[in-house]
Amino acid sequence: MIELEVGQVVAEASYPLTRDSLVRYAGASGDFNPIHYRDDVARNVGLPGVLAHGMLTMGTAVQPVVEWLGDPGLVRDYQVRFTRPVVVDPELGAVINVSAKVGALTDDGARIDLTVTFGEQTVLGKAQVLVALPK
Amino acid sequence: MHRLAGVTVNPDLQSRDFPPTEPYLVGREKVREFARAVAATHPTHLDPEAARAAGYPDVVAPPTFPVVVQEATLAQLLAEPDAGIDFSRVVHGDQRFSYSRPIVAGDELTATLQVTGIKSLGGNAMVTAESTIVDAKGEHVVTAISTLVVRGDA
Repeated sequence: MIELEVGQVVAEASYPLTRDSLVRYAGASGDFNPIHYRDDVARNVGLPGVLAHGMLTMGTAVQPVVEWLGDPGLVRDYQVRFTRPVVVDPELGAVINVSAKVGALTDDGARIDLTVTFGEQTVLGKAQVLVALPK
Repeated sequence: MHRLAGVTVNPDLQSRDFPPTEPYLVGREKVREFARAVAATHPTHLDPEAARAAGYPDVVAPPTFPVVVQEATLAQLLAEPDAGIDFSRVVHGDQRFSYSRPIVAGDELTATLQVTGIKSLGGNAMVTAESTIVDAKGEHVVTAISTLVVRGDA
């Protein structure tokens, strides 16, 4: 049984995203909204540039927790609020940073709170993963 | 009282019954493809032997994979002719998944939509759509909940 304390950081990771990542996610998920790969469409709807899919950010941000748990089946609940866009530059891409820390202890596990940033700003709010802990 | 020129989403959607979606058969290569797309590197996502060693019948889908199955229910919602939801004005506000078990390759899943909330906020409408995903035996696998923000006139 893992001993955890509230506030303890259990995992941290950085993920570089490129336009290729967005095209790959579009194909894998079936979300072909062109604001995720066409600069002209993004500009025409008033966006600062091509954005990462919110669900790509959500899907990536939980990975450090899965790696730490060692079993994806221990994830019981996962929620996020999409608060700011991740603009992916065609040449430079974008990097998202994830820090996962214990927010609360529960009967059979913990609530892990994710801080997900792009540049200096958080891009997800109330990003919480309820996990059971390996026996 | 001055009423803002906001959007109006049909409140009747909340009492509407939507049919279950066509069964979605989860393929092993689809799980691997999705895993690679979200930087999921745990061996249970990619290697059937590792998945079996961990007690699963086949590769395990990453936690956000249910969105692929949920998508058909959101399409049902947007296709309702009287919904009042203009897709070009929809922004994804928040997302939640509550799991009974992880999805694995070989699962045949159906999703049933219920609109559980519609409210106005600052000229926008917030629509909460809950998709209950069950396996071929009818047993609960995961519930996916999305809040869609329909933007009003700026």
